[in-house]
Order: sequence, then C-alpha cells, then structure tokens
Amino acid sequence: MTPSSNRPTYYEELRQKGYSRRDFMKFCTTIAAYMGLQASGVAQVAEALKSNSRVPVIWMHFQECTCCSESFIRSSHPIVADVILDKISLDYTETLMAASGHQAEAAMHKTMEEYPGEYVLCVEGSVPVYEDGVYCCIGGRSAVDILQETAAGAKAIIGWGSCACNGCVQAAKPNPTGATPIHKLVKNKPIIKVPGCPPIGEVMAGVLVHLVTFGRIPELDRIGRPKAFYSKRVHDTCYRRPFYDAGLFVESFDDENAQKGYCLYKVGCRGPMTYNACGVTRWNNGVSFPIQSGHGCIGCSEENFWDNGPFYRRLTNFPGFGIESNADKIGAVAAGVTVAGIAAHAIGTNLRKKKLIDGLVAEGKESDQALS
Amino acid sequence: MATHNLRRVFVWELPVRFYHWINALCIVVLCVTGYIIARPPAFQQGTEASFAYWFGINRFLHFVFSYIFLFNFIFRLYWGFVGNRYADWKNFIPTNRKFFEEMWEVIKIDILLQKDKEHLSIGHNALAGFVYFFVFIAFAIQCLTGFGLYAAMSDWWLPNLFAWVPGLFGGDFDLRQIHHATMWFFIIFSIIHVYLVFYHDYVEGRGETSSIIGGWKFIEEEAFLQEMEEEKKEQEEELREMKIKALEKKQKAKA
Repeated sequence: MTPSSNRPTYYEELRQKGYSRRDFMKFCTTIAAYMGLQASGVAQVAEALKSNSRVPVIWMHFQECTCCSESFIRSSHPIVADVILDKISLDYTETLMAASGHQAEAAMHKTMEEYPGEYVLCVEGSVPVYEDGVYCCIGGRSAVDILQETAAGAKAIIGWGSCACNGCVQAAKPNPTGATPIHKLVKNKPIIKVPGCPPIGEVMAGVLVHLVTFGRIPELDRIGRPKAFYSKRVHDTCYRRPFYDAGLFVESFDDENAQKGYCLYKVGCRGPMTYNACGVTRWNNGVSFPIQSGHGCIGCSEENFWDNGPFYRRLTNFPGFGIESNADKIGAVAAGVTVAGIAAHAIGTNLRKKKLIDGLVAEGKESDQALS
Repeated sequence: MATHNLRRVFVWELPVRFYHWINALCIVVLCVTGYIIARPPAFQQGTEASFAYWFGINRFLHFVFSYIFLFNFIFRLYWGFVGNRYADWKNFIPTNRKFFEEMWEVIKIDILLQKDKEHLSIGHNALAGFVYFFVFIAFAIQCLTGFGLYAAMSDWWLPNLFAWVPGLFGGDFDLRQIHHATMWFFIIFSIIHVYLVFYHDYVEGRGETSSIIGGWKFIEEEAFLQEMEEEKKEQEEELREMKIKALEKKQKAKA
C-alpha cells in the first residue's frame, strides 16, 4: 500500500494520541504473535504501520447484533480499538461514527469517491433478499443495494462474523427474511470470511493488520477463512483433549466428571467439528473460552450451527424424520425391520421351496445309502 | 430320485477372495470402532488422563482400518477391469436388456419366492450385482466423508486429497451425519448379505458359502451346458454383427 500525503500513517496517528513508541512496539509484537508470524515478522508489522498511511475502511452493519463490533473494540490491546477502529480510521460505521443522518451518508460517499479500489469494505451482518430486501433498510435504501454499491469500488471485503459468512441465526430455518451471506451476493471481489458469533477480537485485528502490513489478503482456506486462525478445530487445540483420548467424558452437566473438568464430547460439544482459534487465543484478553467455563462449544463459527441441534447432544437430529430422531434410532429401527423381514423370508422359503429342499435332502440321503 | 451331475467352476479368484475377507474385517472393525467414536461408553472413571488412552487407540484403529479399506476398495475397482468374467465391472452396471430381465427373474424367484423354482447363476446374479453397484457407491461415500473429516488432522498428501469435501457441505456437521448414517447401510447390508448366502446354499446346495473360501462353485450339468450354449450364441451373434459391419464398410469403400 503506497502512503499518500493527505492521510497520516498509523504510527503518526498513535503518536498524536499520546502513545509512546514503546506502546507501539508492544502492540506490533502482540498482534504479530496472534497472526502467527515469526519473530522477524514484528519488524515487518512495525515498518508497515509506520510507513503506510491508514487504509480507508467502510464498515457496514446489516442484519446483525453488533456483537462483532463489541468483540473488536474489546480486543486485548487498546491500540486496536483506538487506532484501527477509530472514528478517524473508520470512514463509516453506524455504531461508532460521530456523524449521523445525511452527514454520515455523505462521508461514506466521499470515501468511496476518493479511494476507489483502495478502501476495505467490512460487512457485519447478513443481507435479507426476500421482498426486494425490505427487511433491512438504511437511509431509505435496502441492504442489497448498499452492499452492491459499496462493494463495487472496494479493494477487498471482510465478512465479520457468522452473519456475513453463513447467515447465522437469522438464516436458520425457515429463514423468513431470506438472510443471505455476502459471498453469495458479491462475486467478483476477494472476500475474507471471519466467522464466529462473534469472532475473537484479536482475530479480527489480526486480519486487518495483515491487510495493512502485507497489502494483500491473508492466506485463506477452501471456504475462504484465514488459515492462520481457522485451520484447526477447537477440539484439536482444546486443553481438555487428553480427557477425550483417555475416554474420560462428562456424562451430564451435574456429575462428578463435570466437576473434574473431563471432556464435554458426550454432552454435545461441537469442538470436534468447529474450526476456530478459541482454544489458543481464548476470550476476554485470553482469560477463558466456553469449554474452559464448563460448557461445550456450540460451533458458532460453523455454517448452519443453529439448525444442527440440539446443542447438548452428540448426534444431531436427522432431517425429515421429526424431532428426537437421530441416525442411530432410525438405523436401529431399519435393522429391526430387516431382521423381521429375513425371518419372514426364511419361513416363506421353507414353505414355498419345500420340493426343492426336499429334493436336495433326498439326493444327499440317496448317495449316502448307495455307499452302505 | 434323480441325482445331479455337478460341474466345478472356478468363480472367485484368489485376489477376489482376499479382497472379500479384508473388506469384511475392515467393515466389522470400522463399524464397531466408528460406533464407539460416535457414542463412547462410560467404562472408565476416576483415572488420571495421563494413564489412559483407550479412546485414542480406538480412533487409531478406525484410521488404520480406513486406510486398509480404501486401498482394498481401489484394488477391487482395478480388478473389475482385469479379473475374470465373474469379477468384471459388467456384473455390476447394467449394460443390456438381459441384465434387467435376469434381475426381474431373481426378484420373482428368490425375493417373492415363486413356488419351487430356482434361479441358477454362476457368479453374481443380476440383482446381487446391481445391489453391489450401490454398495460400491456407499464405499465411495464413506471414503470421501471419512477422509474428508480426517484431512484436517493430517499432514500427509493422501488424506489431504479429500480436504475439499467438507467445503461442499459447508463444514464438518453434515459430513459427520452422512458418515454415521451410511454406517447403518453397511450394518443392514451385512445382515441381508449373510442371510442370502445361507439361503442360496440351503435352496440350491451348490457350495455358495464355501465358494468365497475355496473359490469353487458347483453347477448342475444342465445349467452349465445351457450357459455354454448361450455364450456360444452370443459369440456367434457378435461375430455375425462384426462380419456384417465389415461387409458394409467394404461396400461403402467400393461405392
């Protein structure tokens, strides 16, 4: 990213706000560690934040609960909130910007006009598409419209949270508003998916800093999530994993095993199917994460996690067979029917094929007699 | 009482028999360990986690046997092109009308139990062959979903060939569901499979059960000769058709 004269660099903004160089280096070290960079990467991050002018950011809020923003501004290092997500840095975000009404819309359009192909579009929330998108309107325009307009000139799009990445709760069956993740609506732009409900603040900061430092989007997996944060299952990085391998499980939430902190696999923990950094980065400045607090992972960063219930059972309901039906129940019934069918067939065989069977027996006996 | 003259026919070649029994062992081990993975029994309590690893071993067995299963399956697909006539892929995929006619006959005689009739086939009968076609598809589904789930845990290129599978389903949720539900297909298939082997042995008395050990089946002389005649007719017909085609070509060339 080339520095432009009319915008201060991240470092300049920091100094203006009273942070020391020491604070700045601490931040660079922290965020480089979260991004999984090696030690030499710290210098790269520091250099980029010093020489690159800030990237213009438009942050849209559609069908969401703002938990992504909340998570972001509470990420462990204050500089994240202060600089990356500052009203100066952010050219438009409904939650945090100072401007409102027409002024805000004007600010957004100004950014779009001044930095075409340069600004990063962050989208929080899904976009409803039923009834021409009337279920989410801002400033008299539908979310679909706004998304298409802002996406057109964006350098890259970041989908914050499960809403933007897979529709989250509002896309759960029967999805009355037609809540649609952005990758289904915008096709010709690089999209970084940062799923989670919400995603971890440090992860969000890491993705943004990566964009600023390297000037390109981070390495993504097949689904479009940054590999640095979403390549491992929660299960594979869980501190309770040894209990799993030892076959020590919590059987119910009020048993002794739960007190001992055994694996929550049998009470429905979704850790084994959920790709996220919770087990490593944890939440609230690394204090804890759901499993550490004694509750299984609900898989909030996975597609359709809401419809794959119940949360407290290992096997999910089997689609098309009603509530309380899982694959094992249906399988056992099918096996029972099969055995019954076989029993009926065996009886039928003895009745209907009597002549054949008698023939075989007679032939065998005849041979036997011929010998004696 | 008329006695039968039986012809010994070499039906299942050694590689096919090996395939069958390796496959059987794999399916049993995979179903048992897989079911335990889905629903671990609570038989270990109050031990230090560092002294126990039975669940890890259970999973390890599942993964080892899944590799054996995969390679065995691939071998069988290969053998469908180089094996004898009873192992050929044409036993499993209907290519002509005769296949469907035989299938209908088997349904009438062996499933609906038409009175005192028997259908005498030498290798797989048409219906069994067609069912095996779906069994092979189930094998493929199990390999795709299983290794798709396994890929994220492995650095080896082979399981990572399947890393695209979870993306198709948007994640591991549905993949696990399909993988688990398909297990029940194997269980139910095994029950019916073993029963039908007993059934054929009981009604036909031609060494159906032992054929998968020694490879031999014993075919009534009449049935055998009939089969031979049919084969001859088919070959003659093929020859005739080839001749006609060659003639037509010649005529065209002349014209």
